[in-house]
Amino acid sequence: MNTTNQTNLQDREAAWAKQRRVVEQSLARRHAAERRFRGLGLSGVIFGLAMVALLFVTILAKGLPAFWQATIPVEIYFDPQIIEVEQRPGLLPGESAAQLREREMAWQTQLTMSNWNRLIENALLEFVPEAADSRAELRRLVTSGERFRLRDMVVADPSLIGKRVRLDLLADANIDVWLKGNIDRDLPDNQQQLSAKLRQWADDLYARDVIRMSFSTALFANTDSRSSLASAGLAGALAGSLYMMLIVILLAVPVGVASAIYLQEFAPRNKFTDLIEVNINNLAAVPSIIFGLLGAAVFINWFKMPLSAPIVGGLVLSLMTLPTVIIATRSALQAIPPSIRQAALGIGASKMQTIFHHVLPLALPGILTGAIIGVAQAIGETAPLLLIGMSAFVAAVPATPFDQSTALPVQIYLWQGNELRNFFEARTSAAIIVLLSVMITLNAFAIWLRKRFEKRW
Amino acid sequence: MNNWLLVCVLLITMGFAYQFGLARSKSVAAGGPGRMHSRPGYYGLLVALWCGVPALAVFMLWSAFEPNIIRASVMEYLPAEVVSADGSQLNVALRRIENIASGFGVSDQPAEYELRAAERMSAVQQTGRLSMYGLMAVLGVAGLVLTLRRITPNLRARNQVESVVKALLVACSAIAVFTTVGIVLSMIGEATKFFSFVSPLDFFFGTVWNPRFSTVGTGDQGQFGLIPLLWGTIMVSIVAMLIAVPVGLMTAIYMAEYAPGWLRSMAKPVIEVLAGIPTIVYGFFALVTVGPFFHGLGQMIGIDIRATSALTAGVVMGIMIIPFVSSLSDDIITQVPKAMRDGSLGLGATKSETIRNVVLPAALPGIVGAFLLAASRAIGETMIVVLAAGNSPVLHANPFEAVSTVTVTIVNQLTGDTDFASPQSLVAFALGLTLFVITLGLNVVALYIVRKYREQYE
Repeated sequence: MNTTNQTNLQDREAAWAKQRRVVEQSLARRHAAERRFRGLGLSGVIFGLAMVALLFVTILAKGLPAFWQATIPVEIYFDPQIIEVEQRPGLLPGESAAQLREREMAWQTQLTMSNWNRLIENALLEFVPEAADSRAELRRLVTSGERFRLRDMVVADPSLIGKRVRLDLLADANIDVWLKGNIDRDLPDNQQQLSAKLRQWADDLYARDVIRMSFSTALFANTDSRSSLASAGLAGALAGSLYMMLIVILLAVPVGVASAIYLQEFAPRNKFTDLIEVNINNLAAVPSIIFGLLGAAVFINWFKMPLSAPIVGGLVLSLMTLPTVIIATRSALQAIPPSIRQAALGIGASKMQTIFHHVLPLALPGILTGAIIGVAQAIGETAPLLLIGMSAFVAAVPATPFDQSTALPVQIYLWQGNELRNFFEARTSAAIIVLLSVMITLNAFAIWLRKRFEKRW
Repeated sequence: MNNWLLVCVLLITMGFAYQFGLARSKSVAAGGPGRMHSRPGYYGLLVALWCGVPALAVFMLWSAFEPNIIRASVMEYLPAEVVSADGSQLNVALRRIENIASGFGVSDQPAEYELRAAERMSAVQQTGRLSMYGLMAVLGVAGLVLTLRRITPNLRARNQVESVVKALLVACSAIAVFTTVGIVLSMIGEATKFFSFVSPLDFFFGTVWNPRFSTVGTGDQGQFGLIPLLWGTIMVSIVAMLIAVPVGLMTAIYMAEYAPGWLRSMAKPVIEVLAGIPTIVYGFFALVTVGPFFHGLGQMIGIDIRATSALTAGVVMGIMIIPFVSSLSDDIITQVPKAMRDGSLGLGATKSETIRNVVLPAALPGIVGAFLLAASRAIGETMIVVLAAGNSPVLHANPFEAVSTVTVTIVNQLTGDTDFASPQSLVAFALGLTLFVITLGLNVVALYIVRKYREQYE
């Protein structure tokens, strides 16, 4: 009896132990699955973070060196024997403005005919006296646009003739590439962009600190250039983007806020307002390139507005930003508690007064945050601008929004396609850094606004 | 007088009108028997509006029609051969006349007819401007005086001002509708012109894309088959979704269910940075970093992978849309009621089992909506594919080869082109219409699903 009980107990214990093993095994399996699942989730997050890091590191690593550019500080002697030009023409009695301009142009043409290269060569010979018999080769150290810079200096101030001026000349793009090691230095002669002599001079002058890497003001002060690659800069693109940003701020923000106020506070709930609502949500998700097509068909083809003008770009971007601003404003208005409205209405304010005197000021931080984020998005947009002709090469800073211009993202698009990849990969990355800094500044400002003025109800 | 100056003068006048209205309403209130209907500011605003708005309307109308009126007035003075000349030559002639009329002059001796035309032009200009100033002044003063006289305690100034403001608000919200109407009409209009050159059947079902150049001749106008472009778009989008869906969904699950507060508040904004980076930056990143990486990888394992291919563009686009998938899915997962989780956990399920068997099925419709939104984003994306997809509109199924997409082709066919008459540029609008319809369909379905889902748990 006793023994049967004991065997029974043992059997049962064995069965429990077995069951326990099964459960433990299955638990272990399930916990392993749990850990795997969790690990997968974490690796998703890590992948996302790693991509952000990779993107920024790549762009910074490529772009930061381009902010410093090979320059040659020299003393230019504006030799009156080389610059042969008469007095700058003044207005003669009985002459029309057009005639004066004609003579002025002739004077400038004459000035352009002077041998500006010779001034540069003379200045360089000071450092490389052995190049006296290969001046044409020596000249290639300096980028070709610098002779026009000298001319423009004289056009602006003819009294420079006969004087000596200290100047930082930009080295040729290929010299910059060579000195930064952006081209394989061991390539055979026939695959190098520069002659052996030039490479020798460049290394030599760089070692003697005649050629220096100095901060590239050309990147910000110059406009785009096709012939003189080293002096290509972002001035025109920055001005174009600035104009477009102003237009977006002046158009999209007030119109968007006004329509959000109407939709959120006044509109009766009916089929028509439902339609507007669905319409705005969809408009926010329409691909940006469609807005470009709209701009090309309506503004360019029907209204005959000028191609590649910031005004057209600004209008297109405004239409694109409008839904973002409307949606942000509506949610900011929605967040204001009804008690505020009821209080104002209760002491006799009209609906309009309630909204403009009480609700809107409280919602302002939220509205501004949304608007700034919308504007930041707009200035990073490229595709619609290509369709309204902004990909044209423009070598001038637009004076008004109606002049031809490029924009920052379009300039990036144009530069990445340049044949001199070794030079422009870095230059493009630098332009991207400029664009991203503008956008980050705007977004940081928006976040600051929100943090500073946000109220919890 | 300069236009800007004119507008400034008008605004200053309106400021004075406001003050007049204010003063007048106060004096009426002081002398009269009853209380005023509105606060003084509203009377001021009403006077300012009546003074300024009609004058402004006249100014805008004149500015809109002035160039045409002046042009028409000069035409009769021009000799026949100039008038019948083509647009640009006529414009040059008109520009010369403008310069003479403005006193700037031309560099050579102007012709007899030019002088007479210029004289006429400046006369028309002057009378036009003077009569505009006169009309504006009369309207402004009349509005000012009449409204000032209307100010009585019974005038409902506030209601009138508010109805003007309300009309303005309605007009602003109509702009969003007009934008959609404008998109649809311009697309359909230009696409119809295109379909008069190429039959819709050849466009929608053609398998060869070879538009040639518009200068080749009219008889031979190339083939406009949509299929290769559409297939390229779909291929790139599939690759993108293969990256974005798993990564985005796992990120969302981890963020919503596992991540400690500090990680969530740190990682969420950083990942959302990906959505804010301009697409041209992604394009450049794909071109200089990802493309060569895949090319090298392919060489290492012995597959021919082109640096610019559907794979490169798709992977980078996938990275771009991770935050769209993750933040939308995150919102949706956190909306699943806690009771459902607690029930499952209480029965002994592990957290991952709860998520897989309870939370995800409950959240599925919303998550599918998020995927659809992300897919529509991928289909409409332009700059990444322009730079990194290789632009080869050939029908093939190899993701390692170059492809072309609808958006790339729109950019290629329309960039820098002012000529809206050839099928080569008009096809951009037919492509745009196709794209618009596809993305609109996806959005409508997705937004509908997401909204239904939200209502379910509210």
